[in-house]
Amino acid sequence: MIPTGHFLVVAALLFAIGAAGVIVRRNVLMILMSIELMLSGGSLTLIAFARHHGDVGGHGLAFLVVAVAAAEAAIGLAIIVALFRTRRTANADDANLLRDE
Amino acid sequence: MSGSLVAFYALSALTVAGALLTVTRRNPLIGALWLIATFFALAGLYALLEAHFLAAIQILVYAGAIMVLFVFVIMMLDRPELEEIGLLRAPGTKLVGLAAVGVLAWRLAAAVGRAGDPAPAKEGFGTVRAIGNLLLHEYIFPFEAVSIVLLVAVVGAVVIARLTSSES
Repeated sequence: MIPTGHFLVVAALLFAIGAAGVIVRRNVLMILMSIELMLSGGSLTLIAFARHHGDVGGHGLAFLVVAVAAAEAAIGLAIIVALFRTRRTANADDANLLRDE
Repeated sequence: MSGSLVAFYALSALTVAGALLTVTRRNPLIGALWLIATFFALAGLYALLEAHFLAAIQILVYAGAIMVLFVFVIMMLDRPELEEIGLLRAPGTKLVGLAAVGVLAWRLAAAVGRAGDPAPAKEGFGTVRAIGNLLLHEYIFPFEAVSIVLLVAVVGAVVIARLTSSES
């Protein structure tokens, strides 16, 4: 039997690595992928606690997270395509059209 | 050490290593491939938690559909931009980072200490039948709402990525 805490540590590491990726990386594709890592960390926590309490509700929530992640990836990638088409870049620092300079 | 514990350590090492390799690759395509490997290992962790349906969904939807979309877009942007990965140089970043790590480790240690061992899984836990029952009875409203979210996302993605007449 694996203690629930072990899974929580892995989930926290996934979330922290994803958050560090969002902060450090400047390529919008890498930022989007780091967000997927953060979502996975949250899902792993939900499923670990679902197993801990024997309540399948956490699985339902994790299922909804997968659906929302799919929607987020579709919209995010569409924005990246539109950004690349207008600015010829995939760098978040170059997308400063609305910034007051 | 039991067999499931060995499997847990192997899968979690693969998950964390894959995540680290994902965010540190300069080429987004290599990062995406490592992310797919991470999602496969994560599906193994889900299976260890008796979440068999979600393990299958993880591979089909995440490692399959979503990552194919990512690789497709990376290939479509003609030059892979190799960005320099440098740490932030602004003053005080180390302090803020250390504070964030400290708070996270403190809360994590509290949660891990309190969690303990899970109870033995009930018969039929995490099967398609159990989750289907949950989604179509108790969770029917969020289930329908997420279908609207997906519909809006599909229409929105088409509208955003469409060529406008002035650009074509």
